Amino acid sequence: MTSMPKDPMLPVPFRIERVQRELSDTFTMEMVAKDGGTFSFKAGQFNMLYVFGVGEVPISISGDPADRSKVVHTTRAVGAVTKALDALKAGDEIGVRGPFGTDWPVEAAYGHDLVFVAGGVGLAPLRPAIYQAMANREKFGRVVVLYGARTPEDILFKKELERWRGRFDMDVGVTVDRATGKWSGNVGVVTKLVARGGFDPLHTTAFVCGPEVMMRYVAAELEKKGVARSSVWVSMERNMKCGCGLCGHCQWGPHFVCKDGPVFRYDRIADMFSIREL
Amino acid sequence: MPGAETAVATAVILQRDALDGLIEALKAKGYRVVGPRVADDAVIYDDLDGADDLPRGWGDEQKGGHYRLRKRPDGALFGYTTAPQGWKRFLYPPKQKLFAARRTASGFAVDPPAPEPQPLAIIGARACELAAMRVQKRVFGDKDYPDPGYQKRLADAFVVAVECTEAGDTCFCASMGTGPAVEAGFDIKMVELVDKSRHVFVAEAGSAKGTKLLKELGGDKAKDADREAATTRVAKAAKSMGRAMDTATAKRLKELPEHPRWEQVAARCLTCGNCTMVCPTCFCTTVEDVTDLKGDNAERWRKWDSCFTVDFSYIHGGSIRTETAARYRQWITHKLSTWHDQFGSSGCVGCGRCITWCPVGIDITEEVAAIHQAEKPAAKGRK
Repeated sequence: MTSMPKDPMLPVPFRIERVQRELSDTFTMEMVAKDGGTFSFKAGQFNMLYVFGVGEVPISISGDPADRSKVVHTTRAVGAVTKALDALKAGDEIGVRGPFGTDWPVEAAYGHDLVFVAGGVGLAPLRPAIYQAMANREKFGRVVVLYGARTPEDILFKKELERWRGRFDMDVGVTVDRATGKWSGNVGVVTKLVARGGFDPLHTTAFVCGPEVMMRYVAAELEKKGVARSSVWVSMERNMKCGCGLCGHCQWGPHFVCKDGPVFRYDRIADMFSIREL
Repeated sequence: MPGAETAVATAVILQRDALDGLIEALKAKGYRVVGPRVADDAVIYDDLDGADDLPRGWGDEQKGGHYRLRKRPDGALFGYTTAPQGWKRFLYPPKQKLFAARRTASGFAVDPPAPEPQPLAIIGARACELAAMRVQKRVFGDKDYPDPGYQKRLADAFVVAVECTEAGDTCFCASMGTGPAVEAGFDIKMVELVDKSRHVFVAEAGSAKGTKLLKELGGDKAKDADREAATTRVAKAAKSMGRAMDTATAKRLKELPEHPRWEQVAARCLTCGNCTMVCPTCFCTTVEDVTDLKGDNAERWRKWDSCFTVDFSYIHGGSIRTETAARYRQWITHKLSTWHDQFGSSGCVGCGRCITWCPVGIDITEEVAAIHQAEKPAAKGRK
């Protein structure tokens, strides 16, 4: 054999530059390649993050795809590895493999109204696409961000949502499942915000990210409003050990969620969406 | 494994003794020679010292959930059908180190795994097993993310195929179109002819490497009668397969996720994962991170995994496939149906191992036949 391909299973060391606490269990890390190299990715893609000696997890990239100087991840600490990630601080090192997977087709949506629907930490994988859209704002009709969190304390990127809401060229709706404290905003599922409309269904592209059940209801609501299934995109989550189609864990029907997804066009997977334990 | 070159085959007759020469020659060329031998009441593929290690005079009896060695009346060296474990164990080992990482002053450094010390020489690969290698070559040959380890081990291997002259009760390669005749993917292929008067091998080369080695071994040019005898024996094996797969229904399984048969097979399936471990194409793996006691040295290992475990589909909040029916459906639907979408062929090569090694004798061909029989329109939208 001649030269062998590069081994996709080898992590590349990155240095954590900054850690920002977002919520009680959620944090954002900015990191740079230890060798000083740049990092390119497309909105919606993910990396496999390796904590030395602990393990690896697939995490979506939450930063700006136009900024190649660093890679940004927003993570909720729920398992052994994400909790170990949470314990890291600026200056620590982390292993990165990626970027992997399909992207939100932002450019293909030029000329359309763009509707982002996010639930919980699902706003993180959408943020790169929102940045990309706003950097090309004139290419779109309306840009709508609809976001649902469990409680007001769980609203991710709150300052940024407020800033976006203050813009004249963005429509932002936020709702919570359960009002606490002095919350006097929307209460209820994010599907309700979709039902209100505010976009032209025949010329809308929607990017949806959140728990699977939420995406299912949102997709159904969008369809009810008249948005074609082929204009709705969702981001799936499955167990992943490799990120690149070798380990088999993320199989979903004929798809590998890691390489055929995580971003899928809804009409291509709608039939599978309702099959239990597929 | 040879490339696409098609050497014009000149068959030679090798005597039984020439197999010693074959193994010697491969060792001399630096190969790690692996082949069948008897251990633990089974034919297993393991390192061979010489031709004396081959399972002389042993055959096997395979049925659903049943495997026994049996003595043959002749001294055939390749008189068994298939070993419990295929060549996957060598080409994609059950445990592989992905990398080692060391703590450094600033963080950690990653060391790639050491290259394989020796290329493999595989003695006695069956047609179904060569088909499995082709399947896995595609699985690990993604254009963006191939597995370099698998590709190199296969590319560097010297493959001696032995065509089956008898079929087992759980065999169904003929219906999968993968055997028993060997058509590609070998350096040397042989048919063993053993009767009262002689014990010889009709051998052909399938690559330049194979041609060279056969020349070194000597051997007389095979007569037409020898070649015919070999072809006839292999054709006979094709006709005596114990099982057959309904490939048309098999391919359609993905359209039948709500079929009632899944619940029925789940009532028998123990979710032990044996079928996935013995399957020569099953490729799923998990990873395990280990450290030394001080935590200064870490390693990441890739280990075979099975879609029959609950953990396999775990994501935060719980596993996707908690029910046995869902896990069996995943395995067989992927193997027979969605594999076509992913890799352009079935994932099944008809070796029958999953039938033999299922502790309750669940039969992949029977399940497909039952689904074909009982096929009803899928009830959509079950919640």
